[in-house]
Amino acid sequence: MTDQTASLSSFKSEEAQKKLRKRHWAERRFRMYGIAAILFALAFLVFLFTSIFTQGWSAFLQTSVKLPVEFSREVINPSGNPEAEDEIFQANFVKLAREGLYKELGIDPKDRKVRRDANRLLSRGVDVQLRDMVLRDPSIIGTTEDVWLLASDNADALLKGSIDRETPNDRRAVNDQQVAWIDQLVDNGDMKKKFNTGLFLNGASSNPETAGLGVALIGSFFMMLTVILLAVPLGVCAALYLEEYAPKGKIADTIEVNINNLAAVPSIVFGLLGLAVFINFFGLPRSASLVGGLVLTLMTLPTIIITTRAAIRAVPPSIREAALGVGASKMQLIGHHVLPLSLPGILTGTIIGLVQALGETAPLLMIGMVAFVVEYPATPLDPATGLPVQIYMWASSAERGFVERTAGATMVLLAFLIVMNSLAVYLRNKFERKW
Amino acid sequence: MEQQNEHIVRSYEEELSLLNNKIAKMGGLAEKVLGQSFEALDRRDPDLATATISEDEEIDQLQREIEEQAVVMIARRQPMAYDLRQIMAALRISADLERIGDFGKNIAKRAVAVVTEQQPKQLMLGLKHMGELSLNQLKEVLDAFIERDAERALSVWYKDEEIDAMYNSLFRELLTYMMEDPRNIGLCTHLLFGAKNIERVGDHATNIAETVYYLVHGRPITDQRPKGDTTSSTAYTSLRNSTF
Amino acid sequence: MEAKVEDRPATKVEEPAEPKKTGQSAPAAPGELKMKAADVNLWYGDKQALYDVNLKVFGQSVTALIGPSGCGKSTFLRCLNRMNDVIDICKVEGDIRLDGEDIYAPDVDPVLLRARVGMVFQKPNPFPKSIFENVAYAPRLHGLCATKAQMDEVVETSLIKAGLWEEVKDRLDAPGTGLSGGQQQRLCIARAISVNPEVLLMDEPCSALDPIATATIETLIDELKENLCIAIVTHSMQQAARVSQRTAFFHLGKLVEVNDTSTIFTNPSDQRTQDYVTGRFG
Repeated sequence: MTDQTASLSSFKSEEAQKKLRKRHWAERRFRMYGIAAILFALAFLVFLFTSIFTQGWSAFLQTSVKLPVEFSREVINPSGNPEAEDEIFQANFVKLAREGLYKELGIDPKDRKVRRDANRLLSRGVDVQLRDMVLRDPSIIGTTEDVWLLASDNADALLKGSIDRETPNDRRAVNDQQVAWIDQLVDNGDMKKKFNTGLFLNGASSNPETAGLGVALIGSFFMMLTVILLAVPLGVCAALYLEEYAPKGKIADTIEVNINNLAAVPSIVFGLLGLAVFINFFGLPRSASLVGGLVLTLMTLPTIIITTRAAIRAVPPSIREAALGVGASKMQLIGHHVLPLSLPGILTGTIIGLVQALGETAPLLMIGMVAFVVEYPATPLDPATGLPVQIYMWASSAERGFVERTAGATMVLLAFLIVMNSLAVYLRNKFERKW
Repeated sequence: MEQQNEHIVRSYEEELSLLNNKIAKMGGLAEKVLGQSFEALDRRDPDLATATISEDEEIDQLQREIEEQAVVMIARRQPMAYDLRQIMAALRISADLERIGDFGKNIAKRAVAVVTEQQPKQLMLGLKHMGELSLNQLKEVLDAFIERDAERALSVWYKDEEIDAMYNSLFRELLTYMMEDPRNIGLCTHLLFGAKNIERVGDHATNIAETVYYLVHGRPITDQRPKGDTTSSTAYTSLRNSTF
Repeated sequence: MEAKVEDRPATKVEEPAEPKKTGQSAPAAPGELKMKAADVNLWYGDKQALYDVNLKVFGQSVTALIGPSGCGKSTFLRCLNRMNDVIDICKVEGDIRLDGEDIYAPDVDPVLLRARVGMVFQKPNPFPKSIFENVAYAPRLHGLCATKAQMDEVVETSLIKAGLWEEVKDRLDAPGTGLSGGQQQRLCIARAISVNPEVLLMDEPCSALDPIATATIETLIDELKENLCIAIVTHSMQQAARVSQRTAFFHLGKLVEVNDTSTIFTNPSDQRTQDYVTGRFG
C-alpha cells in the first residue's frame, strides 16, 4: 500500500519512469501504424500512376514521315475547275502519297511485293490528311511539297520499341525489309515521332494511329454542360425548399430517406432508367450526349441536394436570427444571407458531383453511347461518346496502338479530375467565410 | 416578511447568522452594563461600578467588529431586499447599543461620584424607577429584534412617552431640591445627568424599535415619534416664585 | 401629434438630404405606455410556456425581465417583435399592443413590426460583411435612404449613438467579425438602431462580454433610453438593478411581480421575488 502511494506522488520513482516509457512506446507504435497505413495507400497510388504513365506517355507521340508529295493536277482536279469539290473529295490522294514514298525510298513502283511492303509503312489516314490540305489551300495543286504524313501503326510501334526486333521475320509485324527502310528514313531525319495532336482532335477510327479523343471530349463537354444547367438549379432549389420551407414531419423525413438512398443507387440503374424513359418513351436519339447528360443529371441530383442541404444547415442560426430581427423577410434571408454563406459548400458539392459524373461509364453504356463516331457532334442531339466510354472501347482492342492510347486517354481523364478537384478546393477556400 | 429558505450559498447564510448573533450578544452586554450600573447606584457599590466601566470596552469592540463585517458583506455579497435591510439594521442597532453602553458606563461613573453623598430617598427611588423602565424597554426591543416582531417593537416605540414623562417630573424635582438647599447642587447635578442619560437610553431603545420595524416591513414608521420631553422648552423662572 | 422631423434626435440635418423614416410616431414621453401585453399565453406544441402574462412597457425607460432559467422571460421578449413566428410549433394567444395597435392582427406585416421593434441578441452576431454594410443593411432593406450620402449619414449616426464611431471610423470596410466581443455587440446595437426603432428588445446582451465591455454597453443603454423604450432580459440581478427603472420577475412562465426597480430590490411584495433576488431560491 505504501509503495503504491509512494509511486503516485513521486516523478522520479522507478515505477513512474517505467509507466512513462511504456506509454511513450505505445504512442510511438500507434503513430507508426498510422504512417504505415498511409504509406501503404500511397504505394498503391504511386503504383497506379506509374503503370498508367509508363504505358500511356507514348500515346502523346505519333510517328510521321516526311515525303515529297506531288499534288498532281490530273489526279486531284482533272476537270481544272476549282469549285468542283466533289471531284477533289474523291481524288485518289493515297496514290500521291505512295508515289512520294516510292520516290523517297528509291523503290521501283513496278515490283508489286515491294510496293505492298512500302505501302504498309503509311497510315490509311494519309488520304484524309492530304485531302484536307488541298481543300484548305487549293493553290497547292500542281506543286510538290514536303509533307509530314502519318506513318502506319506498325511503323509507329517499331519506333516506340513495342515490336521486338529479335522475333523471327515471319512472326514480326514488320519484316526485315520494312525495318531497313524505317531505319533509313529515321537516319535521314525523315521519320520521327511528333506530338500527337490527333489524339485530341480526331474522332474514332479503327486505325490506332488516327484514333483520337476529339468526339469523346466534346461529348463529355456537352454532358457536363447539361448536368450543370439542369442538376445544379434543380438540386439547389430542391434543397432550399426542403430545408427552409417544407414542414417538418413524416413526409419530409420520407423524402430525405429516399434522396439519401438514391445517392447510393448503382449508376447502371440510372442507365436503364434513361434507356427506358428518354430513349424508348420520349424517343430521343440513341447515343446523343443530351441523353447522356440527362442520365448523369439524375445521378448527380441526390449528391447535389445532400451537399447543398448540409451547406444550408451549416449557416449559423445566429445569422438567421440577426437578419430576421432587423426585419428581413424569409426570401431576403435566403437570398442575402443563407445562399451566399452556403456558397462554398454548394460549389464543393456541385464539383464533386460533376467529377463523379465525368468518370461514369456504366450508364452511358446502357444508353448506347458506344457508337463509333467519326465526326464531331455539332449539337447535343448528335451521336457522340464520352471520355470514359472511349477508354472502355479502346481497351477492348488488341492493337498496340490502342493499348497505349487507352493509357493515354486515362491520363487525360485523370488530369481532368485533378484539375476539377483542385478547382473545387480553390473555390472553397476563396469563398470561405469566417463567422 | 419571514425568511424561511436558506441561502443557496451556505457561507452567506452563516455570515448573516453570525451578524445576528453578534447583535444579540452586544444587546445582552448592554443590558448587563445598564443593569449593573443601576445596581451600583442603588447599592452604593463603587467596586461594581468600576467593573461595569471596564465592561463597556467589550461593547465597543463588538461594535467595531459588526461594522467591519457589515461593510465587507455589502462589498462581497451585494445584498438585496431583506438581506440588505438586515445588514443596515445591524449597523444602526450596533451604533445604538454602543451609545447605550456608553450611557451605562456614564451612570456607573456618576454612581462612584455620589457614593459618599447623602442620597434623598425620594429622588433615588424616582431614578431607580426610571432606570427599570428604560432597562425594560431595552429588553423588550432586543426580544423584538430576535423574534423579528414588529408589533412588539411598535409598543416599545409608543412607551417611550412614559420615560419622557418621568424624566420631566424628575427634572422638576431635582431643580426644586437644588433651589431649596445649595449644598445639594453637587449631588443633584450628577443625578440630573444620570437621569438625562437614562432618558437617552430610552431614546436609543426607541431608535432600535424603529429599525426593527423597518427591517420587518421594509418601510419606516410613519407616525410622528411621541415626544414627551418638554424640559428643553419649559421656562423655570416660575418655579422659584412658586416655592418661596 | 405629428412627428416633427426636427424633434428626431437621430438626424442632424433638416434639409432635403433627409433619410426617410419608417412612418412611426414620436418617442413616447417618460412614463407613457408604449407596449402592453394582456393575458398572453404561449405554447410550444403541447407544452405551455407562458401563463396569463400581463405587462406594460413604458417609453423612455428601461424595463428589466428577471427570473431563473427557463422561466419564460426570453420567450416573452420574443413575443414582442413576433420572433416566435419562425418557430413552427409555437402558438401565441393574447393581446399585445404597440401604441395601442394589436401586433398579432392578421394584416400586420412582421417585417415592418421588426423595423419598429428592434432586437439585440445574447451572442453578438454581426453579419459576415463589412462594418459599414452591417449597419447599412437594415435601412437599405426598408428603403429608407435614397442616396449614398443619406446612407453614409445614417451609418455614421447609428455608430455614434452606439458609441462605436470613434473606434471604427477609419476602417468601415473591415469585416464586422474582426472586432472584439464588446465592439461586435455595439455593432449589433448600431445595426438595430439604424432604422430608428421605437422599442429596443435586448436578450441578455452582456452575458458573453467581459466586465468592461458590459459597463460600456450599460452606459450605452442609459443613453439610448432617452429616446427609446428598452426591454432587457438579464440573468444578472445587479445589472437589472443598475440599468432599469422597472423590473418584472418571471417564474415558471408566470409574471410574479412587476414594480419599480428600487422597490423590487429593497422591499418586494412577493415571497418568491424576495427569495430570488436574495439568492435563496431552492
